[in-house]
Amino acid sequence: MELLANLGLGLSTAFTLVNLLYCFAGVFLGTLIGVLPGLGPTATIAMLLPITFTLPPVSALIMLAGIYYGSQYGGSTTSILINVPGEAASVVTTLDGYQMARQGRAGVALATAAIASFFAGTVATLLLALFAPPLAEFALKFGPADYFSLMVLGLLASVVLAQGSLLHAIGMVVLGLLLGLVGTDVNSGAQRFSFGMPQLADGIGFVVVAMGMFGLAEIIRNLEREEDRTSAVTKITNLMPTKEDWKRMVWPILRGTTIGSALGILPGSGSILGAFAAYSIEKKVSKHSAEFGKGAIEGVAAPESANNAGAQTSFIPMLTLGIPSNPVMALMVGAMIIQGIQPGPSVMVEQPALFWGIIVSMWIGNLFLIVLNLPMIGMWVRIVMVPYQYLFPAILVFCTIGVFSLKNTEFDIYFMALFGVLGYAFTKLDCEPAPMLLAFILGPMMEEYLRRALLLSRGDPMVFLKRPISATLLALGVLAIIAASIPALYRKREEAFRGD
Amino acid sequence: MTSFSRNPKDFWTGIIYIVFGTAAIILARDYGMGTALKMGPAYFPTVLSVLLILIGIISLVRSFIRPGTPIGRYAFKGLLLVTASTILFGIIIRGAGLVIALPLLVIVSSYASKQFRWKHSLAMSVGLTAFCILIFLEGLGLPLPILGSWFGR
Repeated sequence: MELLANLGLGLSTAFTLVNLLYCFAGVFLGTLIGVLPGLGPTATIAMLLPITFTLPPVSALIMLAGIYYGSQYGGSTTSILINVPGEAASVVTTLDGYQMARQGRAGVALATAAIASFFAGTVATLLLALFAPPLAEFALKFGPADYFSLMVLGLLASVVLAQGSLLHAIGMVVLGLLLGLVGTDVNSGAQRFSFGMPQLADGIGFVVVAMGMFGLAEIIRNLEREEDRTSAVTKITNLMPTKEDWKRMVWPILRGTTIGSALGILPGSGSILGAFAAYSIEKKVSKHSAEFGKGAIEGVAAPESANNAGAQTSFIPMLTLGIPSNPVMALMVGAMIIQGIQPGPSVMVEQPALFWGIIVSMWIGNLFLIVLNLPMIGMWVRIVMVPYQYLFPAILVFCTIGVFSLKNTEFDIYFMALFGVLGYAFTKLDCEPAPMLLAFILGPMMEEYLRRALLLSRGDPMVFLKRPISATLLALGVLAIIAASIPALYRKREEAFRGD
Repeated sequence: MTSFSRNPKDFWTGIIYIVFGTAAIILARDYGMGTALKMGPAYFPTVLSVLLILIGIISLVRSFIRPGTPIGRYAFKGLLLVTASTILFGIIIRGAGLVIALPLLVIVSSYASKQFRWKHSLAMSVGLTAFCILIFLEGLGLPLPILGSWFGR
């Protein structure tokens, strides 16, 4: 069987001492930053990107992937213990997780989150292995118009998922696309928006923007409400779920995994949407729906399995199409390009060891994570208590050194500061930076595909509606926007985000 | 600031989008439009700018119709100190080197916290500098100057 041969290849790649070590380093760091509120996977991966240049490609990508799905585990720990979501995807876990902790069942809640995540991670790894090859094959049929429409869909999806006003989010996407075009136009060689500065000839660095908008801006935002942060941590006593608990978590985990995996594949989504959807569906179908919000174990099991499944299946569009579905995946694309690998459908054929190595490493990483998060939970609890005034200067130091060593130019430091200010201003105006960042990386690609598509169609813009794949993707995007702007659903979306 | 508009967030977002869009159109004028069949370097940016200005105008108009929440308080101290310390690091890293630029970055930025204590901040700056030299310079071999050109390096 081909699948087994592929997994075998992946196993032999991932199971070397070096790669196991980097996998462990990745999930360890992931848990750490997941536990620390105010430091997310986007900023962390951006900080570490310059370092990965010195590593072999497989090890680098295994480690970066580990940070992302590891942060989903860690994020739930703070949600449960101190009612502060460590990551955006664990926002819903606070609803029932913290209530369980207040009832003295913090240990059970943590165990449920870990078990749910592990199960979901295992299933998602298998799904990735099953569906990536046919999808990559299908992707070979994609023409320029189809790629363009896929990116439009991804950006529209990120708009729907953004907090705050839809209109502002669309504006952020357009602004991001524009900023992405700064630098040399690949087709004509013309300098665009570079103000004659040679440092801008290659465009604004993606890492610079990411660290400014997610690293610096986040620090400033946290300083604004410094006193709101509590450090009252609940005691953990018993980790073991009872027989009744086990029975109640089985179906929510299965449903959460399914929902999370399916939604994770959607461009623009990742892990956040899955967690929200899984929670609201569970609340509807559960026999214990009255207990939701008061410490129902289902309310932890469903979103935790969904966000971990989603984090992993969101690798599918990146690995098969070369198109990032969220800022973290955009950084992964950046990491591949640094290593000289052009992401796209050909990666699987040309670099099978890399492709399957990453997939298998995810399962190994999940195994590490359950060990890291259950027996060693005490260590993370102590880290949760580190006061923010010691944390943020360290984050700032790593951001600054990271961005400086990227190209060894202080110019990037100034630009990071500029984007920090811009990012803070935008969050004050309810404009979320995530869609902008995604648009920023897609900008040049979109222009290129638009150009090619129109060249092939002899300038006829109807080509985007005439090709079935392209038309379907665009229709999905329009549908998502319409659905999100229907007043009733719009309010639902607001409510979902106001969950914290 | 909020008196003339019912929705300051919509108002200022609209202004920002319009300013960015207009600036981009003016800058892109010299790049060459081309046609849909043979897009010039100005084609895609101009389309995007027009779209951005339109969104800005809608947001601006909406700010006078639909009421919204005020912007809320700004973390001026944090904004200023975090940005200033970062820029300061950029200015002196080559001249002074890591052993001076890094402690300054830590001390200036940590002053932004309400819980700032000199003793903690100094200890942290020493610890972080040692950690960075050990990990980034010794461990990973990143090309950062420990002491800069001002010291004859």
